[in-house]
Amino acid sequence: MKLNDLLNQTSEWLKGSGPKSDIVISSRIRFARNLVKAPFSDWATKDQKKDALSMIKKAMESAGFLKDYTFFDMAELSEIDRQFLVERHLMSLEHARNPEYKALVVDNSEIISIMINEEDHLRIQVLKSGFNLTEAWRIINKIDGKINKKLEYAYSSKWGYLTACPTNTGTAMRASVMLHLPALVLTKQVGKVLETVAKLSLAIRGLYGEGTEAAGNFFQISNQVTLGRAEEDIIGNIESIINQVIAREANARHVLMTQDKDTLSDKTWRAYGTLKSAHMITSDETMRLLSIVRLGVDLGVIKDIDIKSINSLFILTQPAHLQKFEGKASPSNERDVVRARLIRERLKK
Amino acid sequence: MLCDVCGKNEATVHLTEIVNDKVTKLNLCETCAREKSAKMEEHFGLGELLAGLGDFGDVAELPKKAVKIKCSNCGLTYSDFRRTGRLGCSECYTAFQSKLEPLLKRIHGSDQHVGKTPSMKQTKVVTEPVSKLQEMKAKLKRAIDTEEFEEAAKIRDEIRELEKKDEKKDKEKKEK
Ligand SMILES: [Zn+2]
Ligand SMILES: [Zn+2]
Repeated sequence: MKLNDLLNQTSEWLKGSGPKSDIVISSRIRFARNLVKAPFSDWATKDQKKDALSMIKKAMESAGFLKDYTFFDMAELSEIDRQFLVERHLMSLEHARNPEYKALVVDNSEIISIMINEEDHLRIQVLKSGFNLTEAWRIINKIDGKINKKLEYAYSSKWGYLTACPTNTGTAMRASVMLHLPALVLTKQVGKVLETVAKLSLAIRGLYGEGTEAAGNFFQISNQVTLGRAEEDIIGNIESIINQVIAREANARHVLMTQDKDTLSDKTWRAYGTLKSAHMITSDETMRLLSIVRLGVDLGVIKDIDIKSINSLFILTQPAHLQKFEGKASPSNERDVVRARLIRERLKK
Repeated sequence: MLCDVCGKNEATVHLTEIVNDKVTKLNLCETCAREKSAKMEEHFGLGELLAGLGDFGDVAELPKKAVKIKCSNCGLTYSDFRRTGRLGCSECYTAFQSKLEPLLKRIHGSDQHVGKTPSMKQTKVVTEPVSKLQEMKAKLKRAIDTEEFEEAAKIRDEIRELEKKDEKKDKEKKEK
């Protein structure tokens, strides 16, 4: 598969399938793994990085751990292509920087991706659509085992998997769930709900727009502790808390629908109208409007577009995706024009 | 309002982070916000966390000897670690064990791994089990750091005894 082929496919995590996908966008599990004694990537010399890369690559080829996958050498990709992979959530922004002796392995359905020589020698990631940590865990556990048959990991029975950063030591597992919580934001309950979650040693992050209104209304909840608790335990804990957040959001949506349906319909249709007719639009406004439209689609207020198309637009309107669609780099003021055109085309029936 | 990170562009995005009950508000420009959001799952407020630890403040406050502890495998010094927040290799966990123990406990509330174990049989043992010798060496460093020289001399003698024993064992093994 070539990198440009990705442009014409919808990432698995954007399909809007899987459990509770009206509220949960995606579930992700990431493992950090390192080679024994070889210096971690940030501390390694060029030669040491090169050795680690070729050793890992060889091990992966012989492990036969994936059926259809593509190997990307970061140094061979343009900056736009690297940014493109970041926007698709296949790798971190960190991985796009200083690309020398870094690589990315992606399975062709974009569920599994493995960063080589990021902060740790290996960062294995499984990304599923909807609320599906259990399935992500099943997949990553299997892949990790297969790679480990060919590659010895830095591990101690006292401290578990040894990582470059002590915040990851132990299981070296980060499980995270991306939630869309527009109704909790609209009803001004989100602060309270998330405060409660934060008390349970989970990390929450959200991007807010100007003023009190949130842009995108996306929140990511993930585990903080990696040492002293088994993987299934950590996952079980997140699942039970997320279930409560989902119940609150569902309740807030129900309230909006029963008590103030006209306001809700007006908001969602106006947002949809703007997206369908704008000739210039910033990424901030795009996020905000798409979020409202997504709510409208989930609640059945807007019926002439599916959730998959809306989910995809969040990613397709990002800078690197826009530039790849255009086939050329455009200055940021022109980008607003290009973005508006792409949205109009995608929303046309 | 200007961006909190670059201080150049107008801040249009207002980011709120809640980590372990602590709310942080940041006003960012679009460029810095994009970086921040892409990075958000990568690190978990490590800087703040380290700054908040008594033993993890300014390097200048550390006794000189402690700063000089070095990993013999990768050459990273303890002060390098404090500066970057990143270890240099798997063996650093052994080299800085006495320092890492309280740190890991502080971060995770535990210092004993529970969960997955490698599927490949480990050929090299890393950090575990903690040998008596390593423990004594850590003790010695602490004694010197706190200028308890009498205690240090005692520990040094004990270490010499242990090293002699270990050498003997090694010889016996080789002869076999
Ligand atoms: Zn800025
Ligand atoms: Zn080291």
